Amino acid sequence: MTDVAVRVEGVSKRFRLYSERNQSLKVAMMRGGRARYEELWALRDVSFDVPAGSTFALIGHNGSGKSTLLKCLARILRPDEGRITVEGKVSALLELGAGFHPELSGRENVYLNASILGLSRRQVDAKFDEIVAFAGLEQFIDSPVKNYSSGMYVRLGFSVAINVEPDVLLIDEVLAVGDEGFQQKCNEKFADLRARGTTIVVVSHALGIVRTMCDSAAWLDHGRVVEIGPPGRLIDDYVEVMHPERVAVRDEETGEAAGTRWGTGDAKIERIELLGPAGTPTRQVHMGDDVVLRLHYVCESAITKPVFGIGVHRLDGVHVAGINSREAFLLDEISGRGFVDFRTGRLPILPGTYDVTVALMDHSNLRVFDHRNKAFRFDIEPGFPREAEGIVVLHGSWCAG
Amino acid sequence: MSSVAELISSRELLGNLVSRELRGKYKRSVLGWSWSLVNPIVTALMFAVVFGVVLGAKAPGAAKVHGHAAFPLYLLVGLLPWALLANGITGSITALTGNANLVRKVYFPREHLVVSSVLSWLVSFGIEMTVLTVALLGFGDFVLPWLPLVALVAAVQVLFVTGMGLALAVLNVYFRDVQHFVALFLQLWFYGTPIIYRLSLVRDKSAAHHIGWVYHLYLLNPMADFIDAYHRMLFQGRGPQWPWLGWATVSALLTLTVGWRLFVRLEPRLAEEL
Repeated sequence: MTDVAVRVEGVSKRFRLYSERNQSLKVAMMRGGRARYEELWALRDVSFDVPAGSTFALIGHNGSGKSTLLKCLARILRPDEGRITVEGKVSALLELGAGFHPELSGRENVYLNASILGLSRRQVDAKFDEIVAFAGLEQFIDSPVKNYSSGMYVRLGFSVAINVEPDVLLIDEVLAVGDEGFQQKCNEKFADLRARGTTIVVVSHALGIVRTMCDSAAWLDHGRVVEIGPPGRLIDDYVEVMHPERVAVRDEETGEAAGTRWGTGDAKIERIELLGPAGTPTRQVHMGDDVVLRLHYVCESAITKPVFGIGVHRLDGVHVAGINSREAFLLDEISGRGFVDFRTGRLPILPGTYDVTVALMDHSNLRVFDHRNKAFRFDIEPGFPREAEGIVVLHGSWCAG
Repeated sequence: MSSVAELISSRELLGNLVSRELRGKYKRSVLGWSWSLVNPIVTALMFAVVFGVVLGAKAPGAAKVHGHAAFPLYLLVGLLPWALLANGITGSITALTGNANLVRKVYFPREHLVVSSVLSWLVSFGIEMTVLTVALLGFGDFVLPWLPLVALVAAVQVLFVTGMGLALAVLNVYFRDVQHFVALFLQLWFYGTPIIYRLSLVRDKSAAHHIGWVYHLYLLNPMADFIDAYHRMLFQGRGPQWPWLGWATVSALLTLTVGWRLFVRLEPRLAEEL
């Protein structure tokens, strides 16, 4: 049993929704008291534990209470019922640069912001250069932050918050700040924090990131916990329930990977075949084989410029590859029945069991006719080279210099 | 409540917030810190002309030492502590509503916002009083022995202001009327405090009309007692009226307790009410 860093026990949070918000005494007296309001339970009896050192995601649609929960964890809101115990120092990335004073210089604001986040002056002194370097603002640190661009502002805020070295880091959708270079730095920093045993709780709509980065997740709906578990399975369930355009399409595939399916249904991918080197259907291939993934489609009316997509996932949810036919200009139009092939070349994926997700969209990507999540499962057996690690093998060559 | 411990443990944050207030206040102004002095001096001169010259008001007692500057100096001795109260309260009221962004996004002890606002005005007050002391010494008024006691009175007054600030700041979150009401009330309060007139006038007039109790009622106003203490020590060179100063201290502690309790009680919902 590992230590628990964050324990949430039966937490409920009630908000008051004012029909007419009166912040003046006159109105209050006329009404004979405080404003009328309706009660809204933003959180209802939420319980979970986050083990120390793990990364935990909160997912759910807008208004599901995930941000409220994060604010409760950050002690900004206080739950009406239940208890939250957080071990160690907490830093929350809810809004970057909150509390920056526009007239003060970057330097002064770093000290101010860091002390709001609980750092002493000596600690800031020690980390100051690192904070500024991370934000990439060495040149501008002594000018007032009101002259900063919004990107610089956010970068500095992020840099302060992340360098507080919290035991528990709470993040609300701010992974996507700054340009690509800065994003890269952030991701490295997160990996670094995780490696050092920082517990991270993240609220995100970026399911891909949740899938790859998180150890477990909780799915909230209208303030209640729907499901808690490993992110791979949870996200599948979530997508299944949440997708608005989902239509009930009978799953004809009897393969063991019973995935979810949604789309308009104007065209469908009926069948998925994996053809081995011999050209015969199979579910077992070897690494390095030249294989073909054949997608059989059927459409009720003609579809111009269709785009076929293929995704490959490892069983633990890692997205190994995703490719589509948009740039291949495959077909101008399809109608009736037919199939398209995707030839892999030397299969570069390491041995293991994989799920294939397929999709059929229009050229603009706005309309998805059929999306079959994890519709086909297959195994890759070891091949050449035998010693390979990671997810894919690079089919390069060695040569002595 | 653990608030006191929290306040002490994060005094560094408090210091930073105070310096934020102070630096922010006079940034981008040419006169900068001098504004802190210009304000009371101009006010004092204005009152000196209107009440001293036009209406013929006089500073109390044997004002031999101060000469022509007696009335303006008398005014300043009262105006500066009054400004500490008025600015401290006005600053506190908007300390939460003005920092809504911070309160909604970051956790830290929220009373720091109010306390730091009051303390920033205390710093201004300290500077102003230093300049005033130098001026009084220049006029040959040897006030130095009284300074420790003056500092003590100021400390008690700060407790009073903090208590009022805490209560009003948190109430203003719920009812924005508070800031308008307080602006008006401060004006009334100003005239109910012996700043532009002598306290002895209140005593004499109420005695003349055989309503001596009015004088005692008047002295229930803690600010009257504080200002009287400053006047006596800095202007007349004699000790404060201990019983009334005692009463002011009791009411300061009472105000602080009530203000603190109210703040702690309403604080949990601040982030959502703002």
